[in-house]
Amino acid sequence: MKLPKARAAKRRRLAVLLLALLGLGTATALTLTAFDDHLVFFHTPSDVAEKKAPVDRQMRIGGLVEMGSLERTQGAPEVRFRVTDLENAIPVVYRGVLPDLFREGQGVVANGKLAADGVFRASEVLARHDENYMPPEVAEALKRSGRWQDVVGPGTAPPPARN
Amino acid sequence: MIAELGHYALVLALCVALAQSIVPLAGAQKGDPALMATAKPAAYAQFLLVALAFGCLIHAFVVSDFTVENVVRNSHSQKPMLYKVSGAWGNHEGSMVLWSLILALFGASVAAFGRNLPPGLKARTLSIQAMIGVAFLAFIVFTSNPFERVLPPPPDGQDLNPLLQDPGLAFHPPLLYVGYVGFSIVFAFAMAALIEGRVDAAWARWVRPWTLAAWASLTAGIALGSWWAYYELGWGGWWFWDPVENASFMPWLVGAALLHSAIVAEKRDALKTWTILLAILAFALSLIGTFLVRSGILTSVHAFAVDPQRGVFILAIIVVAIGGSLALYAWRAPMLKGGGLFQPISREGALVLNNLLLATATATVFIGTLYPLFLEALGGAKVSVGPPFFNATFVPLMVPLLLAVSFGPLLGWKRADLAGALQRLRAALVLSVAAIVVTLWMDHGRNLIAAAAIGLAAWLFFGAWVEWAERVKLFRAPWATVWERAVNLPRAAWGMTIAHAGVGLMVLGITGSTAWQSESIKMMRPGERFDLAGYTFVFKGTERREGPNFFATRGVFEVYKGERLYATMTPEKRLFPVAGTTTTEASIRTNILADLYLTIGDPEGGGQPGSPGAPAFIVMAGSDTPWTVRAYHNPLVPWIWLGSLVMVLGAGVSLTDRRHRVGAPRRMAAPGAMPAAAE
Repeated sequence: MKLPKARAAKRRRLAVLLLALLGLGTATALTLTAFDDHLVFFHTPSDVAEKKAPVDRQMRIGGLVEMGSLERTQGAPEVRFRVTDLENAIPVVYRGVLPDLFREGQGVVANGKLAADGVFRASEVLARHDENYMPPEVAEALKRSGRWQDVVGPGTAPPPARN
Repeated sequence: MIAELGHYALVLALCVALAQSIVPLAGAQKGDPALMATAKPAAYAQFLLVALAFGCLIHAFVVSDFTVENVVRNSHSQKPMLYKVSGAWGNHEGSMVLWSLILALFGASVAAFGRNLPPGLKARTLSIQAMIGVAFLAFIVFTSNPFERVLPPPPDGQDLNPLLQDPGLAFHPPLLYVGYVGFSIVFAFAMAALIEGRVDAAWARWVRPWTLAAWASLTAGIALGSWWAYYELGWGGWWFWDPVENASFMPWLVGAALLHSAIVAEKRDALKTWTILLAILAFALSLIGTFLVRSGILTSVHAFAVDPQRGVFILAIIVVAIGGSLALYAWRAPMLKGGGLFQPISREGALVLNNLLLATATATVFIGTLYPLFLEALGGAKVSVGPPFFNATFVPLMVPLLLAVSFGPLLGWKRADLAGALQRLRAALVLSVAAIVVTLWMDHGRNLIAAAAIGLAAWLFFGAWVEWAERVKLFRAPWATVWERAVNLPRAAWGMTIAHAGVGLMVLGITGSTAWQSESIKMMRPGERFDLAGYTFVFKGTERREGPNFFATRGVFEVYKGERLYATMTPEKRLFPVAGTTTTEASIRTNILADLYLTIGDPEGGGQPGSPGAPAFIVMAGSDTPWTVRAYHNPLVPWIWLGSLVMVLGAGVSLTDRRHRVGAPRRMAAPGAMPAAAE
């Protein structure tokens, strides 16, 4: 009476274990392949200028919208502007509605692909949610270009605090 | 004076919580009923004190007391009353007070309603709950005092972030917190059970209503947040796999797994250690979610303040809570005896499958959410993980889960017959195939995956009702009998059917809006028109409008379906001068089957500097300049939220089941005080 029960318990445990391993294996495989295809790397305008950024792969850039660079294409919902880390700048073209807090001279983050002609085709443009907040990507770009102090004033330690 | 009273109440609450976290636990360990009995009044006192503090904070916001720094930074005298009140928790400090309030409320509820809990379990649970209270109250008192004064007081406040000035968002944080914090009670129960070394059917039955309540509010909170993102952010999307969304989604997934594994623990006395582990994980993920969202390491509207000290404090709470609980688990869990045996094909087996898939799905979301942070912390490249990653990992895991949902309830405990279950599900199968065929026909066979997904939605919806129909003998007994059986059906069974049907409705909405959304972006002059999804939009012009604390430009559009005027839509852009921000207000017209969604962007020449004062969209209101107009047709999208609502309804119905009524069940063996019995 006792033995079959123990064996059944063992078999059940084995089945559950195999099922769990199968689930874990599937998840790992899914995750790894997805990472390969869908990990989006961040690049600064200087990376792009130094040709460190891959062409025609989904990526994310960040920096400030260069003063005086915003142009609207006549009659189409298309805008062009330049994103700068104050050392280098990338031309960006975007078809769509700019976020509410998009301004020249302010921080911006864009998702999209770098075309072979050096123009960044943005599929998504993100500005801040809030007047007093700078996206970490923008801070990162400015820190890497060594121009952080020019924006926030000397002696200020990144990241910027709201209060 | 009132602000000082609030602060004082918080400090007192901290002291009470400190006592509550030690005395009853010590009493339970020594078997001293007098010490254990202190848990109840302490839990009440803690709740009343935090409620007093919260009341003081709301008072400060309502009367616009600008000597309080928090009010200055987050309110304005001209703000509508609803947002003055909701502003009290629309900021870091206040939201933490709300968190502690709900924590104390749950503690007090266990003290009040857990009359039939064994005194030892109750005392231990309340002590653990108080320890969490100590952590969060100390966090508030030492790093985030909401009652900080500023002298001299400024004449007026800086206003709440306008994106947060929204009725949906006024209730989003409280609902989400009830969910997060609800898992704290389940966590406390799990810890108490581990200390006692005993988990039985009665324990699982006590835990289930709390899990249900927490999970239902989390569902409602997430749905509300997603709805808000849909109508307020103006992108026409409802879920972005944003880390902030994932932060609330992970505890939800684990909570759903916990709901199901607790059934096995209750009915079959199996999966007990796993259930305990899920209880720990649900709360751990709630804490991690809070940390991610509030610490400012993520860019989002939720990151109120970037203060390293606070982040470190929350991180310390997480490390202690998760590390401590997992250590206790590792030490005590092996002592819990495993229960009933079952075949892989059985109700238990189906619930195990549910748990495995939900846990694995949580793991993929966890990796996708935290990997960029880890990589950055380790000095690696700066990366981000977007929707494509989650679509490639999360969605494939959900398909087998959703296919299995309809089988689960039809399988018997211990061992079951899969072919027999499929036989009983043939009605659902026929209807699902019909749904696929109709979809393909309406879509002209263009999107096979979407048609299959619609079939899946039908499978879920009708599968849920097949089981119900069997139980009430629909079509097989006279109507009077059916009615009687339906009325007498346990509420928990009703709840399951409704919730599973709700999942089907949600899948319907997700599929429809993902597969058949159509979009149009145009520059339009007043008088121009465009077509989208069989509707004609005519742009009549723009006009200026003034709100209580904003100026707005409103676009007026007439929407025609054929010759008939179908709707007038008025999307807006608003300028909040005090906060210095603008927001987009989408205009949405729904007929339940589909939404028309319209926003206006900038006029031509907008966005450039050199227009000091009002931005271009205010200046140019009423002029003849072209405006950016964006329109969406979102088929079936309302069913995402209606489906979530139905899921919440199901959980609510289940909560009213007599067997789940808190305190109703008694532990079979030992009704009296039980000293720690770890065997």
